[in-house]
Amino acid sequence: MRDARAHIRRPLGARLWLSGTWLSILALAAVFAPWVAPHDPLAQDLFLGRLPPFWMDGAEPGYWLGTDSLGRDVLSRMIHGARVALMVALVAGTLTCIIGASLGVLAGFYRGWSDRIISRLVDIWMAFPPVLFAILLIAVMGPGLVSIILAIVVIDWTRFARVIRAETLSQGAMDYVASAQIAGRTRFNTMIAEILPNILPTVVALLTLEMGIAVIVEAILSFVNLSISTDSPTWGGMIAEGRTSVHQAWWVLVFPLFTLFLTVLSFSQLGEGLKDRFDPVLR
Amino acid sequence: MIFLRALLTRLLTMAITLFGVAVVVFFLIRVVPGNPIAMMLPPGATEEDIARLQALYGFDKSLLQQFLIWSGDVLRGDFGTSISLRQPVSELVLGRLPATLELSLFALLIAIALGGLMAFLGTLYRHSAAEAAVDVTTGTALSVPDFLWALVLILLFGVLWPVFSISGRVSPSQAFEFTTDFYIIEAFLRLRFDVVAHLLSRSFMPALALAIPLAAIIAQLLKQSLKETMHLDYVTLARTKGYSETWVILREALPNAVLPTLTLIGVQFTFLIGGTVIIERLFSYEGLGNMAIDAVINRDLPLIQGIVILFAALFTVINLVVDMLYVVLNPKLRHA
Repeated sequence: MRDARAHIRRPLGARLWLSGTWLSILALAAVFAPWVAPHDPLAQDLFLGRLPPFWMDGAEPGYWLGTDSLGRDVLSRMIHGARVALMVALVAGTLTCIIGASLGVLAGFYRGWSDRIISRLVDIWMAFPPVLFAILLIAVMGPGLVSIILAIVVIDWTRFARVIRAETLSQGAMDYVASAQIAGRTRFNTMIAEILPNILPTVVALLTLEMGIAVIVEAILSFVNLSISTDSPTWGGMIAEGRTSVHQAWWVLVFPLFTLFLTVLSFSQLGEGLKDRFDPVLR
Repeated sequence: MIFLRALLTRLLTMAITLFGVAVVVFFLIRVVPGNPIAMMLPPGATEEDIARLQALYGFDKSLLQQFLIWSGDVLRGDFGTSISLRQPVSELVLGRLPATLELSLFALLIAIALGGLMAFLGTLYRHSAAEAAVDVTTGTALSVPDFLWALVLILLFGVLWPVFSISGRVSPSQAFEFTTDFYIIEAFLRLRFDVVAHLLSRSFMPALALAIPLAAIIAQLLKQSLKETMHLDYVTLARTKGYSETWVILREALPNAVLPTLTLIGVQFTFLIGGTVIIERLFSYEGLGNMAIDAVINRDLPLIQGIVILFAALFTVINLVVDMLYVVLNPKLRHA
């Protein structure tokens, strides 16, 4: 159902603008990484080790954000790290969303046995400490991009399933669903045509939040050295390296950490902003 | 009567959940390719040695047999022997649990104090710039997980302005002899407040990192409940009687607004405990989570199983207690 008021465009909130801008910059940097990055992210040069960022004494031109202990360019590594981070965010977030939301709708709309089994599984999953679960899964599957994505899907589907189940339950109890049934729609049609459009805003908001979570999980796994191979620079891996040499070269830790911080904050603010914007009650 | 029946149903679901966790973790870690006892073997071990060790740990039997034997042992409280540390898993795990519990409880207290303060300030200065500042702060604090807060704290208070320890539970130079594993509680009971202060200052950074997201959740929900309560007639009455705004918020509004927050704290507390795994690692804090990561890296199957089951048991017990507390505290449910 569309209300006339929905066509009156509200100005996009500042947080939507800011987070959207940052994520766009990041996406562009990730896509065009080989052309944007000033140096090869893997090229080592021990004579250029631990160069400070450009405004400090002893900086080398061209190495804007300095170099790490092996002489690798921090900025280039961050740009290439954005590829891994955004890839994981996009793929893992979308897959988790599809699987979790489907199970949630199934449990909330059909109830009965499917609900009982799915809810019991959610209970079991919630009893695992998620970080330990992730590390365990990576240990089982072996490190690598695919393992990380699978681990995130396996662990986080419950986030969607729980919320979407509750949302579907409350939507299913509403009069419009009953009238659709009386009007002769099948159960399945009702679900697709009536329920789905109404839970979509929640799904989109959760998806954006999940992308932020996926970035963090990847960083945590790189941090405990269980992410993808050491050949590809990742933010988590850079942070882990920076953490050990923070007293000699703080920039190796600070820049990736700040980037990760901004990215996670942006995904989360984008999710919140979209939720408010699409919320039919607030609109 | 209702209470008792609810309790029994909950205990039953709890047992099913724990059984489910046991099944998942048991079969999951046995998918790992490679021989779990490989790392125990001295160089030059014969086929016979390998077979003997496998038999000792029961790895020569079928998966189902292994599971039945293991579940039977677990029910009797025997979690097997750690492969990497060669000590009983139950001893190792129970020895580390107090460290994690103390850290989690400390974090919970910080979260309640910080969150409560923010909610109070937000309510006191509602509809002003100060409330907006509280909202922005809690929004940011909530958006960023404990792992990142921990790194930020390490950077700020461990490196740039090194006022707090960022490594370990006890300083190596601390000469105090502990007889239990509950260091803070023990030092407190033995009235060694200098030791308490030392321990608290060492776990302050990890505890604060764990507390920040929870504090934000508490602040948001409690502020919302408080603001709703501030409109009610009896609050207006208290105000017209001439009580100060602080008094009105704390004595009149708070008792009626606190219940949803309490329930939420219960649920969120399990998430906080889950967060200790990586936070302990970051701060080299000798707790359960740090031990868990080592166990995974060393492929120490019995130890991983023991730790995961213990975490799961902890989570389900906390959820049970929260549910029961909710029934006890909520007057509407008490006589249902």
